Amino acid sequence: MTARTSIGTLAAALLFGATNLHAQDPRVGLAGGFQNAASAIRNLELVSHSDKPASFYNPANLGDFAFLNSDLAFQGTTVFQGSFNGFQIWDVSNTAKPQLKLLFPCPGGQGDPSIYGHLLFISVEETRGRVDCGKQGVQDTVSLDRFRGVRIFDVSDLMQPKQIAAVQTCRGSHTHTLAVDPNDKKNIYVYVSGTSSVRSPNELAGCSGKQPAEDPNTSLFRIDIIKVPLDSPQAAKVVASPRIFSDSAGNIAGLWKGGAHGEGTQATGVTNQCHDVTIYMAKHVAAGACSGNGIVLDVSDVVKPKRISEVSDPNFAYWHSATFSNDAKKVLYTDEWGGGTQPRCRVTDRPEWGADAIFTREGHRMTFASYFKLPVPQTPEENCVAHNGSLIPIPGRDVMAQGWYQGGVSVVDFTDAAHPKEIAFFDRGPIDPAKMLIAGSWGAYWYNGNIYSSEIGRGLDILKLAPSEFISQNEIDAAISVRWSEFNPQAQPEIVWPATFSLARAYLDQLVRNDGLGAARRDAVTSALAAAEQTSGGARRAALQSLAGTIDRDAGGAKDAPRVRLLAKAVRDLSTK
Amino acid sequence: MGRLSSHLVRSALAACAVASALRAQGGAAQRGSQADATFMRDMIAHHAQAIEMSALIPARTTREDMRLLGERIDVSQKDEIAMMQRWLREHDADTAVAHHHMESMIMPGMLTAAQLAQLDKARGAAFERLFLEGMIRHHEGALTMVAQLLAQRGAAQESQVFQFASDIDADQRAEIARMRRLLDGKRAARHH
Repeated sequence: MTARTSIGTLAAALLFGATNLHAQDPRVGLAGGFQNAASAIRNLELVSHSDKPASFYNPANLGDFAFLNSDLAFQGTTVFQGSFNGFQIWDVSNTAKPQLKLLFPCPGGQGDPSIYGHLLFISVEETRGRVDCGKQGVQDTVSLDRFRGVRIFDVSDLMQPKQIAAVQTCRGSHTHTLAVDPNDKKNIYVYVSGTSSVRSPNELAGCSGKQPAEDPNTSLFRIDIIKVPLDSPQAAKVVASPRIFSDSAGNIAGLWKGGAHGEGTQATGVTNQCHDVTIYMAKHVAAGACSGNGIVLDVSDVVKPKRISEVSDPNFAYWHSATFSNDAKKVLYTDEWGGGTQPRCRVTDRPEWGADAIFTREGHRMTFASYFKLPVPQTPEENCVAHNGSLIPIPGRDVMAQGWYQGGVSVVDFTDAAHPKEIAFFDRGPIDPAKMLIAGSWGAYWYNGNIYSSEIGRGLDILKLAPSEFISQNEIDAAISVRWSEFNPQAQPEIVWPATFSLARAYLDQLVRNDGLGAARRDAVTSALAAAEQTSGGARRAALQSLAGTIDRDAGGAKDAPRVRLLAKAVRDLSTK
Repeated sequence: MGRLSSHLVRSALAACAVASALRAQGGAAQRGSQADATFMRDMIAHHAQAIEMSALIPARTTREDMRLLGERIDVSQKDEIAMMQRWLREHDADTAVAHHHMESMIMPGMLTAAQLAQLDKARGAAFERLFLEGMIRHHEGALTMVAQLLAQRGAAQESQVFQFASDIDADQRAEIARMRRLLDGKRAARHH
């Protein structure tokens, strides 16, 4: 057999393998339907599904954009679910049976929410948005009734939200991100990303949609930062509009320079907006997904973010959102090719288009590692492309839950940045098997032990991880041990694991899985941990301290020394608890 | 012109045949205005030409990045045409006005018949330059159409039209940037 033939055979085998894999994937061929679509699930359990409340969808058109569900924000046992029509408040004290507490109609899209104490922030970008939350829209091209920007509600009484401020911005607010500076106790900040048209200066003074050459004060090529004084949030206002795309020469369109290209072409600048900025304040960085680029900002000075890295990618159509690994040494960017309204996971669509791209960070330098796309084809009736997600706090690994619109919820492990891998999923058939209506998971986020998925057309899904060959019960328990009082996915919190036996055993399970420590030592540590757990007080402390010392010494000869050290630290922390 | 693109132009015209003045619905802002329907109809014709142009690529250049560009335009804009046709059907637009003017009308940035014929004849580097210049101009025309839509009273109050107009603006700007790189002789590559 010649080398050529063997490569051909191998390729055929791989192709056959892939086809075969898809044929076995239960997500292929799911029957469609509104609240009765067939579903497929692996390594997850559906804890509950709550139907979209009547009056927050259009029964005559299930894909009516005016009623799409959008993003989520979390506080205690309350979930705030945004909608293009306003927002919904759910009580999830019992995740098996969420209770709808309030429907608050206030149209304007997208309605992405964030929560901070008693303040609820809502993004509004459409020209139909009204200051008074009215449903009639705004017909005039210039009107003081129009609202595009960030609404601030006082939700001290969840049943009676009061709009206390409505901060207008030139391009409205497609998304926003809270920036909470631990050194500034008196204020919080809101980074506003506007992606649509710039309004008239007659409607909001100072707005300009001109190119930088015509107007250096253009509203393009910037993000806006709102300062919210906590003792008087009604006084919130835009305090900075940093030119985060500038080059060293001060050209504000620094990333993709304009300039006419050929007869009759204009000098349109390109990367002039961010779609989403994920702020990881604990590490003083933010990842901006900004049209033609992925960027990283240093946000040490919250109102003066400085760009420290930028990347572009030949396969990315539109940089959409970003998630850091917990150590901030990786960034996973998403490409929302087609804006989320198109079916981009068909068998004919390229796996590197509309996918995630994972970059590693070394100082300011970023290096491409891989693409990850939902590894199963969807029908032409299902809008599908990479969308929002958040880390699942599995210690020692980089694992993320992610929504892929009608591609469903997928859990990806990108610990090995070059070889990301799906380890769990949940998917339904199309919301309408005969035509493509917009639906599916807007975002899938881990919060206090569950994955919450905002179903654009159908309501709210709550899932939980099930143990599998990829994730052990100990790893799940360690993830569940991480609790937050508030969570806004784009304001990425640092994950810190409390000292628990589950945490130590999670690392042990990982050392079994990768054979990172010899079997005899693993068994010995397992027994010692079990024995220590049976004791208490000083005896337990002494046993755990001694065990931690032994594990320290194991690290030297272990195949996965860093993980063995994490195990030693977990055991030592447990001894001082 | 290719078989496929002629078919698309025909579908575009068929969409016009179901489109036009919207049935009044109690003045509700969100149901779509005449301006919205006109925008959708015009954009179908505009997109159809982009697909027609992209269909010329495989026989006229061997550059892989050009072929990928064409493939992306083809997939993106075909899907969007299907979406716009659906919108026009769902919004119950009637037929009267637009049919005759569509066939003769040229939307902003569209190539004339003579320019299309020139593109059709060109090969290699000459084709690449003509295509990229033409498609940049074509995309910029789409940005103009979005701006013209939003400048009209009562336009884009229907949420899907607003979102679609915003998506066109964002996507095509990003694609213009990629085409500029190609035009500058740079191969599509990753940049750090």
